[in-house]
Amino acid sequence: MLGAARRQLGSGPMLGQVLRRLRPAAAAEVARGYSAAAKEMTVRDALNSALDEEMSADPSVFLMGEEVGEYQGAYKISKGLLDRYGPDRVLDTPITEAGFTGIGVGAAYHGLRPIIEFMTFNFSMQAIDHIINSAAKSNYMSAGQISVPIVFRGPNGAAAGVGAQHSQCYAAWYAHVPGLKVLTPYSSEDARGLLKAAIRDPDPVIFLENELLYGESFPVSAEVLDSSFCLPIGKAKIEREGKDVTITAFSKMVGYALQAAEILSKEGISAEVINLRSIRPLDRAAINASVRKTNRLVTVEEGFPQHGIGAEICMSVVEESFEYLDAPVERIAGADVPMPYAANLERMAVPQVDDIVRAAKRACYRAVPMAAAA
Amino acid sequence: MAALWLARASSQLARRAARRLPARHGSGEPTSPWFLGVVPPPALGSPAVEKSRRGFCSVRRFAGESSAAAAVDEEPENGFVASDQQAVDFPGGKVSFVAEMNFLPDSMKERINCYRVLDDDGRTISGSRFQEVSKELALKMYTEMVTLQIMDTIFYEAQRQGRISFYLTSNGEEAINIASAAALGMDDIVLPQYREPGVLLWRGFTLQEFANQCFGNKLDYGKGRQMPIHYGSNRLNYFTVSSPIATQLPHAVGAAYSLKMDKKDACAITYFGDGGTSEGDFHAALNFAAVMEAPVIFFCRNNGWAISTPTTEQFRSDGVVIRGQAYGIRGIRVDGNDALAVYSAVHAAREMAITEGRPILVEALTYRVGHHSTSDDSTKYRPVDEIEHWRTERDPISRYRKWVQGNDWWSDAEESELRSRVRKELLQAIQAAERMPKPPVTELFTDVYDKIPSNLREQEQFLRDTIMKHPADYPTDVPV
Repeated sequence: MLGAARRQLGSGPMLGQVLRRLRPAAAAEVARGYSAAAKEMTVRDALNSALDEEMSADPSVFLMGEEVGEYQGAYKISKGLLDRYGPDRVLDTPITEAGFTGIGVGAAYHGLRPIIEFMTFNFSMQAIDHIINSAAKSNYMSAGQISVPIVFRGPNGAAAGVGAQHSQCYAAWYAHVPGLKVLTPYSSEDARGLLKAAIRDPDPVIFLENELLYGESFPVSAEVLDSSFCLPIGKAKIEREGKDVTITAFSKMVGYALQAAEILSKEGISAEVINLRSIRPLDRAAINASVRKTNRLVTVEEGFPQHGIGAEICMSVVEESFEYLDAPVERIAGADVPMPYAANLERMAVPQVDDIVRAAKRACYRAVPMAAAA
Repeated sequence: MAALWLARASSQLARRAARRLPARHGSGEPTSPWFLGVVPPPALGSPAVEKSRRGFCSVRRFAGESSAAAAVDEEPENGFVASDQQAVDFPGGKVSFVAEMNFLPDSMKERINCYRVLDDDGRTISGSRFQEVSKELALKMYTEMVTLQIMDTIFYEAQRQGRISFYLTSNGEEAINIASAAALGMDDIVLPQYREPGVLLWRGFTLQEFANQCFGNKLDYGKGRQMPIHYGSNRLNYFTVSSPIATQLPHAVGAAYSLKMDKKDACAITYFGDGGTSEGDFHAALNFAAVMEAPVIFFCRNNGWAISTPTTEQFRSDGVVIRGQAYGIRGIRVDGNDALAVYSAVHAAREMAITEGRPILVEALTYRVGHHSTSDDSTKYRPVDEIEHWRTERDPISRYRKWVQGNDWWSDAEESELRSRVRKELLQAIQAAERMPKPPVTELFTDVYDKIPSNLREQEQFLRDTIMKHPADYPTDVPV
């Protein structure tokens, strides 16, 4: 009954709005691709420039974390910032995630805008009480008296050969909590636009980067390079339009999904790839609009499958677009094991492009028998 | 890529070397052209110290203080340190060697002394030094202590009558509450645990406002979102009470850092109990505050009990004050049931925190006379006569009253007038709070984020539709 009510609310005006939004955006996307820009920027530089510009624009913004200052950042994301802004605004901390997260929240309570860097989000576990109980819930519990304009950022998910305690994806953990916003950039444009939006946002934001994407280059337009550039939080991006199957992904998996779409297109399957960009709030409108167009869905994530992002996306589609589905929703996720270290095992524990291709074909009832795929 | 890194590395070294020079010249130590460690801290007012006061991690970047990182990264470009027979530089500083193996004892022979001004009969101890208070201030302190005591009694009774769901008293800790608040300014930020409503009372929170929060009515500043006693007021610089233990300690350091960046003439103060010092946040906050040189007062109410855990099972150190030194923090132990001692100590701590930009640890020894909360019956784990002893013979209010009356500033008549007036005011406040309607249904969905998101707006609409369809199932005292 709840589902029926939801669908009623969700059908007419929302879908119409979304379609109207999609068409001009799609055209602009294509236009931008052909424009004379073609300046390339790594994700690392994109993040660095975003931090630099926001710190320059607002003196209450400051960066805190292990190795962010003198070492220029564990992954060099904060390169040059200590020199430019001094030790008052780029703070190297003792090794205490609980400590500096709590201190960041306290500073935010009083009106500063901290950016807390975790060397990886695996270490945010040592500070998660402050993230959830001190940051996420404060505005609500204090009835608006205490706002926490803080950003928690750092690499999330698997890198390469770093083992179980350095490879977990925390998107589902943080996206579970009301009061937090959770962003997952993929390209340099995402990195710049979403980080700027996160820093300017009055709510606590979890900004999940990816270590392996730091060195990747993407084309950026003049608009993206402008210091006022900002992306809206809660809006996904259609990276590739298609009509046969929708593939949702975030962070590094967007790249894999695009590769899979390329392979699928050669076999006559036109896949639409959605770069989620924002996990909370999730752009349910865009996902559902896409599924209503293609009638088939594959969700892709790197993290553990149980209670993951794909599960939420599937439920959203079941609640709002059930009659539009022509096949069960396919979910591609990492293996349900702590990440192994050995390279061959690690490769089998994370999704590969082939896994996405096979899932898309299953959704299109074009699956090939397992033996042939080996 | 490699070239860039080298260039950056050498500029780092150059920067550190440049900073090192002033302190070395001013230190008075036998000069050596190279060193890997530190010189003793320079006197206040020297250029190195002035510079270091501004930086957060000044200890690490400016010579004259310990600089582990600097020491480690420094190239031994000038050769080895030729050591003295007796002392050698290690990262962290010069240490003297000794040929005997000596473990530091686990505790000192004598416990740290406790500062006190008034004896048990409310007379100032001869030779005691304390911060003088005017008659007006002294009386305000006294009347607020009495008000706090009566407020606790009446709200506790209200919970027992089922009119509020929960309450927590500060019995026995009225001097800590009021005297510490009296020594602070309104710009000082308070991050409480939960047994410090007296600080809010001192600052001007009215009995009606307390009642509104406990009843969770529509005038509650928390919009009915929290359990009773989780007060908060932006206007009075008192951060909303939060349940997890000791999380307010690192918050206070962050807030203090923020005050320091703004160059405000104010400090942060945070309260916690003996139990709270076992949390990881205690360690992180004290360590960090020392390194950051944050103007924060860490006020520990050592009342002997963490629910049913006595301090003997909480820690094995000499209370809490002894730990300050381990972090490089100045501390004092004070008689928490002596209003004048608490006032003087906080007054001095505040001066130091602000003018010197440093954290201070205050351990106030006291006794939790009441139960932990209305969900606790402490007679189950401690002797009733112990509780009675502290409730009567060691009561901070009657002790302070003896001093105030000893100055001819207070009379029995005024005492009974005060108590009956406050009691009446409280009963009226409770009645009014009880009758006030609860917050409307919209407030269930606001403030999750700065702006309400579309999914919550949808949920709210759905809830309203359901209420319209089934009015009989919906409570009458909650406005839609």
